[in-house]
Amino acid sequence: MDSKQLEAFDSHVAGEGKVEPKDWMPDNYRQTLIRQISQHAHSEIIGMQPEGNWISRAPSLRRKMILLAKVQDEAGHGLYLYSAAETLGVSRGEMDQALLSGKAKYSSIFNYPTLTWADAVAIGWLVDGAAITNQIPLCRCSYGPYARAMVRVCKEEAFHQRQGFEGMMALAKGTSEQKAMAQGALDRWWWPSIAMFGPPDDDSPHSAQSMAWKIKRFSNDELRQKFIDMAVIQAQALGLEIPDPDLKLNEETGHWQTGPIDWDEFWAVVKGKGPCNRQRMTHRRKAHDEGAWVREAAMAFANKQQQKSEKAAA
Amino acid sequence: MDAVIATALRFGDNAMVLGQRLGRWVSRSPTIELDVGFANQALDLIGQANLFYELAGRLEGKGRSADDLAFLRGADEYYNVQLVEQPNGDFAQTVMRQVLYAAYADIVFDFMAKGSNDDLAAIAAKGQKEMAYHFRHAGEWVIRLGDGTEESHARSQKALDFLWPWSHELFAYDAVDEKMVRQDVLPDAETIKKQWMESLGEVFERAGLIINEDGWQPGGGREGVHSEHLSYLLTEMQVLPRTYPGTQW
Repeated sequence: MDSKQLEAFDSHVAGEGKVEPKDWMPDNYRQTLIRQISQHAHSEIIGMQPEGNWISRAPSLRRKMILLAKVQDEAGHGLYLYSAAETLGVSRGEMDQALLSGKAKYSSIFNYPTLTWADAVAIGWLVDGAAITNQIPLCRCSYGPYARAMVRVCKEEAFHQRQGFEGMMALAKGTSEQKAMAQGALDRWWWPSIAMFGPPDDDSPHSAQSMAWKIKRFSNDELRQKFIDMAVIQAQALGLEIPDPDLKLNEETGHWQTGPIDWDEFWAVVKGKGPCNRQRMTHRRKAHDEGAWVREAAMAFANKQQQKSEKAAA
Repeated sequence: MDAVIATALRFGDNAMVLGQRLGRWVSRSPTIELDVGFANQALDLIGQANLFYELAGRLEGKGRSADDLAFLRGADEYYNVQLVEQPNGDFAQTVMRQVLYAAYADIVFDFMAKGSNDDLAAIAAKGQKEMAYHFRHAGEWVIRLGDGTEESHARSQKALDFLWPWSHELFAYDAVDEKMVRQDVLPDAETIKKQWMESLGEVFERAGLIINEDGWQPGGGREGVHSEHLSYLLTEMQVLPRTYPGTQW
């Protein structure tokens, strides 16, 4: 690596310049982005499962359509993000293999189950809410294709979050059984949602470099706090109780303080010991394996067509 | 039952049941692109069902909403053709079922959209565009699979052999349909069957698939007679409204 190139790159990024696919970039920058963007894409793909779990049982035509559209958007985000990652020189096939082999990670939150309808709704409210908090700053990410992808993704996620909140409102203002369902979902999804921002700042290995490269704009704890402040107010509006006896407003800072997050549980789920890690991976691999003959057929057909057109041209 | 209400329910039920079937593929498809496609087509169909049910409920005048009609009728009150309730099977079976139904709905809706009933015409005009696209999408896949590998060809032929008997019901008109033909709402069965065979014939020819007619012609969906599959599909779909009656979601 040429130190002049590196210097120029650093000052370009420091001055809020965008990096484009054909520009020179340090290898670590490239690898960091490949890891982050592909993980993000994998999260969208695995994230289709817990919500997809309720497509067949959505309780009204309107809810079914909203849920289908949402899961469809997630698949679309996955594709969009895979394309953004491909601009960094990694192939879609390599990324698929990394996910299927278990080498690549995806957001741990999707390793929790959707036990009731309210869980599928709560994902829209909390998980999409957390995701947007994380992703809005990524619209200013130094890597151009990722930043541009995030602009579109954020618009759709914001829409999902509003629909999720509206769906929670219908439950929270509904019958006592619906309200209990909504509270149960909040009890299950609250802690995983705030853990979703990743380990605390003093235990976050990749953060400092990502900040310097303007891939990341805020620390995990800053983003988590933003989300907590928003979600607490929303839970109050819903008339639901956040499952944290230590939750209190810090008058001095104006921020809501939570009790201690169980990082042991977080790391256990990251390392494969969550309630649904195995189920999610089995589901993904099964879809991939059972679709192999279809993909082979499509390739064979495309090859035959190409041969035909070459023959016709010759 | 009034013939327009019956017709709205039949096409609503066709769309509802097929949409429910396609929704099952989401997150299970051979490619992510197909996950998007199946979700999209399921959305089209459930949207059609919603419109047909709203119309049926309004004309019926008993205060039943689209949701009531979707979620609170049993299998014997569903009037879809049995073709659409047949299981997804493998991908070949799903796209074959889709091409058989979409080719039919495309033709019927095209007629209905220009027909004498304005309510049905409005729904059909929207539905026709969607079903024309479903036919094209599914048709391309049938061709790709039929002319792909040995395995995909064998699976496609098997899917066609399995589903073909249920295709006859599409044209098994009863008194309601005949009335709708007289009122210029539905095309007559012979006409659509001819057009349908033309559309499909081209697809099957390019796919290298053969129709094996064995004389079995199951049916009765229009009168609420179904295969065993439908009540399972409805049980799953209706679980929440049935468990919590009168609840808004």
